[in-house]
Amino acid sequence: MLIPHPLLGLRDAQEFTYLGDAALIDRPDGLAADAAGRFFDYGYLRDNPAGEHRELWFHEQGDRSWLVVTRNITTHEIVRVELARDVALARGRGR
Amino acid sequence: MADRLTPLTVFGETAARVDRIGTLSIAERPDLALASLAARLGRLSSLEAVAPLVLGAPLPGVSRVAGDTIRAFWTGPEQWLVEAPYATHEDLAAVLKQGFGADASVTEQSDGWCAFDIAGAATLALLERLCAADTRAMAQGDVLRTTIEHLGCFIICEQPGASFRLWCARSSALSLHHALVTAAVALS
Repeated sequence: MLIPHPLLGLRDAQEFTYLGDAALIDRPDGLAADAAGRFFDYGYLRDNPAGEHRELWFHEQGDRSWLVVTRNITTHEIVRVELARDVALARGRGR
Repeated sequence: MADRLTPLTVFGETAARVDRIGTLSIAERPDLALASLAARLGRLSSLEAVAPLVLGAPLPGVSRVAGDTIRAFWTGPEQWLVEAPYATHEDLAAVLKQGFGADASVTEQSDGWCAFDIAGAATLALLERLCAADTRAMAQGDVLRTTIEHLGCFIICEQPGASFRLWCARSSALSLHHALVTAAVALS
């Protein structure tokens, strides 16, 4: 499998490691009143779609950037690849 | 005591290892200093502004190398490794830190890495056997990181198709050297 890195172009999937659902970017506020419940959701509950899925991949043997890869689970087609940093900044994170 | 301390290469020798196998040469380069350079949060533009004064060239963009005596290559977003001749730039990290100040984080890397220069007509054939990267498409001054023999390595294209520099972790340099020599012998 080749992953189209937004900076580097097509790179071999062997260079990457997989973390999981891109929802992990949205870490709850640990000081909020309902933090325990939200961390339960964050830690254990995942959607399991048969179709497009947004995932965090790490280019470990490359430029060490985190990517958000949108991949179709049923066909393995990679629809879109973004730098996770850009995704986090677009969601209002500081970095 | 001091006069008995002699720097050793990764092979535990006093002279750099050079292997000539067929038309290929694989030369260890212990004469290079190395330092890492990373822009601190929000300081990229001021780092880029100062870079020509410190490095003698603007910081290279994605997958590129820039500079002459002091040479920087891109390793990731807002991160670079900087190499220079050890004889004249033993204090490379200190020089970079002094030049860039609070715009960048700098760490000394000279003893953590090992460089091999590979050259010869069969260089591309050698790299094709060793890694999945498209080294045939690399232009002069291109750099990429990939795995060779399961080891993370930087590959710098010095002369397309003919001459490349590999940087790998010093602790696994003997394994990389073994892979290079084994592939070179198979090709010759």
